[in-house]
Amino acid sequence: MKSKLGASPYLVWMVAFVAVPLAIVVYFAFTTKDGAFTLENIMGLGAYTTVFARGILQAMLATAICLVVAFPIGFFLSRMAPAHQKMMQMLIMLPMWMNFLLRTYAWMTLLERNGLINRFLGLFGIGPLQMINTGGAVVLGMVYNYLPFMILPLYTIMVKIDPSVIEAAQDLGCNVFHVLGKVLVPLAMPGITTGITMVFVPSISTFIISRMLGGGANLLPGDLIELQFLGNSYNYNLGSAMALVLMVIVLLCMSFTTADTEEMEAMV
Amino acid sequence: MAEDRIIALKDIVVDYDGERVLDGLCLDIRDKEFMTFLGPSGCGKTTTLRVIGGFAEPKSGQVFFDGRDITRLPPYKRQLNTVFQKYALFPHLNVFENVAFALRLRKVEDREVKRRALEMLELVGLKGFERRNIATLSGGQQQRVAIARALVNQPRVLLLDEPLGALDLKLRKEMQIELKRIQQSLEITFVYVTHDQEEALTMSDTVVVMKGGAIQQIGTPQDIYNEPKNAFVADFIGASNIIDGIMLKDFLVEFAGQEFVCVDKGFAAREIVQVVVRPEDIQIVPAIQGQLTGLVENVIFKGVHYEMHVRQAGYEWIIHSTQAAQVGELIGMCIGPDEIHIMKREQEG
Repeated sequence: MKSKLGASPYLVWMVAFVAVPLAIVVYFAFTTKDGAFTLENIMGLGAYTTVFARGILQAMLATAICLVVAFPIGFFLSRMAPAHQKMMQMLIMLPMWMNFLLRTYAWMTLLERNGLINRFLGLFGIGPLQMINTGGAVVLGMVYNYLPFMILPLYTIMVKIDPSVIEAAQDLGCNVFHVLGKVLVPLAMPGITTGITMVFVPSISTFIISRMLGGGANLLPGDLIELQFLGNSYNYNLGSAMALVLMVIVLLCMSFTTADTEEMEAMV
Repeated sequence: MAEDRIIALKDIVVDYDGERVLDGLCLDIRDKEFMTFLGPSGCGKTTTLRVIGGFAEPKSGQVFFDGRDITRLPPYKRQLNTVFQKYALFPHLNVFENVAFALRLRKVEDREVKRRALEMLELVGLKGFERRNIATLSGGQQQRVAIARALVNQPRVLLLDEPLGALDLKLRKEMQIELKRIQQSLEITFVYVTHDQEEALTMSDTVVVMKGGAIQQIGTPQDIYNEPKNAFVADFIGASNIIDGIMLKDFLVEFAGQEFVCVDKGFAAREIVQVVVRPEDIQIVPAIQGQLTGLVENVIFKGVHYEMHVRQAGYEWIIHSTQAAQVGELIGMCIGPDEIHIMKREQEG
């Protein structure tokens, strides 16, 4: 009895800020403006398939790039002297202390037609290249903004890997690639799944990055939803339906990455 | 050079963080022998093992395996395996897969993997543990898995880095005997690192006593124990009485204010030497019959024997005996010629 009582603030919190908003979203998604039940909002989403597909693809690409970049960083970070680890951790966190919009603006000025990168390339007679307002720029923005969320969980799990386990693998015949595939990746798996979740979820639901770096042509599901609530289209029933579908997509995508995480966590 | 040597170290120098860890180490290891590096922490014994295993690169010097220079060869290409201090088992694999790891890597056929892994598990007495998660094993069992895993590749040399350090005394004694049995039944070379002198004496064919990155003495356990080359070896190999003496002539030495007959010769007349007498080699007799007489300062019961500290003319003698004297009692001490070991005096310090 007592233990249930102790959990009540948490329950109240969950109900007020998770269950109720969710119920409201579901309610709007299945109703018309007049409050009548309808499936039209959900059925009408077929028109936006390309946007959703692009969102999933770009988020997956950004997540994959983050993983490939963050894995070696996390590993070398975890093998540094403890004093240096603290320092590096701070350096990785440092950009996140700056405003998200500001950071993305910085990329705009870099990638522009007359931006720093094109001007630099121009010195060698290359370009100007079309970088801003492309899908690539959007993915770059995602990778840049969410990379720390991949590095930190990987680092946290890799710090716990005993260096002699890696030596044992080498001793038993592993070259660098075998060490990576047979020991490091399996042992870092909990960190990998956490990192994927922490990068994929914000990437697929972002809207400002695509607006600023992708131009009008590279809308993401997040942009569509924003348009329904704050933009000209103003249709919160359709917006709710989109939000609901996006949530389902995220849940589906995450379900197979987290399937055996708990078991793995128990072992490490 | 011996024909049957399998590993040779030549002038190995290793620096770590600007400090010299190994200083021109030379050593031959014979095939099929049980060799132990013995020394206090920081003496370079583990570094020597890591140089052989390929985990520490020497600044200069060469490592030969079977006559071939392997100094620059990465660990995974060396025909030897290691049992690590903290076992270093793979936490994501069960007992069987840990042992089978090296075989799977070499794409050995499934049936062969099974046969050889099970054979190794049987050798270390872990039959029936195949499916167990390694986190559920005791320290001793984990160590057995580590040994099986290292042996499955049929290495010609097994390196062991203080493998019994984390086990309790009783288990350690059992494992010592077990390791010796495994080494003899497989007929391969074991290179073992320990700071425990008793462990070294129990298992080894050859003991290498190290200090400060250099070898102090190489020999059989009997040699090391009975004929230590210097005060450090004598002291490290077991509590000893080490005192200065003067070699009067061949077979006659003076120490503690008395002349003693001994079995050593070949020193200069009146050369100052160091004399080693083992605590268990001093006989307690009535005061008037002793070559030396001393006052018993304390008596400690040690199980098999009593340890007594006896003050005599400014020296403190340690005596191990099954018979206890009384504290404050005046006793006589006798030391036979065979029990006196004379060493050249150390130049340093």
